[in-house]
Amino acid sequence: MKAYFAIISARFRMLLQYRAAAIAGFGTQLFWGFVKVMIYEAFYRSTTTPQPMELSQVITYTWLAQAFFTLMPFRIDAEIRRMIREGNVAYELLKPVDLYNLWYSRAVANCTATPLLRSIPLFIVAMLWLGMQPPDSIASGFAWAASMVGAISLACAISTILMIAILWTISGEGFMRIVPAMVFVFSGNILPLPLFPDWAQTTLQLLPFAGLSDLPNRLYVGNIPPEHVIFVLAHQLIWTLILVAFGRWLLKRGTRIMVVQGG
Amino acid sequence: MRMIDYLNLYFRYIGISVRAQMQYKASFIMATFGNLLMSAVEFFAIWALFDRFGTIRGWTLPEVAMFYGIVNTAFSISEAGVRGFDMLPNLVKSGEFDRILLRPRSAAFQVASLELQLLRIGKFVQGIVVLAWALSAVDVAWTLPKALLLVGAIGGGVCIFSGFFILEATLSFWTTETLEIVNAITYGGVETAQYPLVIYRDWFRRFFTYVIPLALVNYFPALAILNRPDPLGTPEIIKWASPLLGLIFLMVTLQIWKIGVRHYTSTGS
Repeated sequence: MKAYFAIISARFRMLLQYRAAAIAGFGTQLFWGFVKVMIYEAFYRSTTTPQPMELSQVITYTWLAQAFFTLMPFRIDAEIRRMIREGNVAYELLKPVDLYNLWYSRAVANCTATPLLRSIPLFIVAMLWLGMQPPDSIASGFAWAASMVGAISLACAISTILMIAILWTISGEGFMRIVPAMVFVFSGNILPLPLFPDWAQTTLQLLPFAGLSDLPNRLYVGNIPPEHVIFVLAHQLIWTLILVAFGRWLLKRGTRIMVVQGG
Repeated sequence: MRMIDYLNLYFRYIGISVRAQMQYKASFIMATFGNLLMSAVEFFAIWALFDRFGTIRGWTLPEVAMFYGIVNTAFSISEAGVRGFDMLPNLVKSGEFDRILLRPRSAAFQVASLELQLLRIGKFVQGIVVLAWALSAVDVAWTLPKALLLVGAIGGGVCIFSGFFILEATLSFWTTETLEIVNAITYGGVETAQYPLVIYRDWFRRFFTYVIPLALVNYFPALAILNRPDPLGTPEIIKWASPLLGLIFLMVTLQIWKIGVRHYTSTGS
């Protein structure tokens, strides 16, 4: 356990070095969020029929999604990619720790350092000037915080699978293009899930991706009552366990076919 | 003569780039498919919003699809065409740009033809499909000038986006780093121009008309094609002349590029 904490803290310190990238990313997220908010405002002004979410909830939801955008398992660790290409992955295999746990720890570091750096300033700016609301109630705030832990473990399980997929270079590449597209839509990043057609709701809610962003965001804005947090956590936990098991199985097969070419 | 010579060389460069990408065929197919999927998914979200809300400030889905089609087609063409400028920061950092300056052809031409990103076909196809659907679904009496204006709008869009890629690259002569913020504005501009500009706030709308003239090649021509009066009272002539302004924008950025090249000092490595 200690070894994994050391890995996480080392990666964390490394990622915090990239401050310029963080500022640029912050600007991008702010810009995109603002465009989206204006589009939603225009849509809500064009209708009088009640919607599954109020406009103020949608706005807050959008800022939350922007703030934690880097938590989403879109990209894989560039370092692992290089290691696999150059054959240095052999050293990873030699380390006296479980490989899956090692890579999962890397994912945890990636998934927490960057979002932490980006979300705090975005929260401040969005709350002060851009219409983001504080949590619906104190209970909602706690429920949201708990579900964020679930979201992080789920996101890391998915990004670990993406890392493992590069072991199959060619087909892994396709996988790495399709998964981000799915994450983008089904997590609620492109559009809050409740705004999708009613017939799609059940499926959207059951997919693992809802736990990444949609469910926590809706707990925050009060669209899901705080006492339902238990269902959200169960959803996230079950999917995390399934995806971790799948990742472990994939890694086992991957290391069996792996051929390290000198180096 | 000179033109033919340039074209010849361009196709030679592009041929090499394409052949290199085709070495990894499976990878290429999947990357293209991923590119297509990502943009298809984006449009699905727009469709879902219209399914729920009906219209956006009186604009219907086919109309918005036209905005979407024009801007995405233009963007994908310029992204495939001049993405070579994306590599400029690396050329500057490594000092390889020296080599380009030594060759007897214009530097802008050489950098632009460094690479043709084939996988952008995915986004291009999706843009064209959406545009074709929009054109068949909107209620427009087509005339030759209108058809020309549509082509002009796409061409103008290609100019504006290309100008932006060039501008971003030029800045790296001074900074030797890519400025991600410029990228944000380019991509953000695409996102913005997918909806009629009138739905946005005033200052934001002005930004995309006067600072980044994206509205000129998208919003105003589309108004003319759809026979819609501009709620802001823009004179008719602007709507028709606007694609030309895209060309002017590109010319200006090329001049800035020349200043950048003159300013270039090799890193020497």
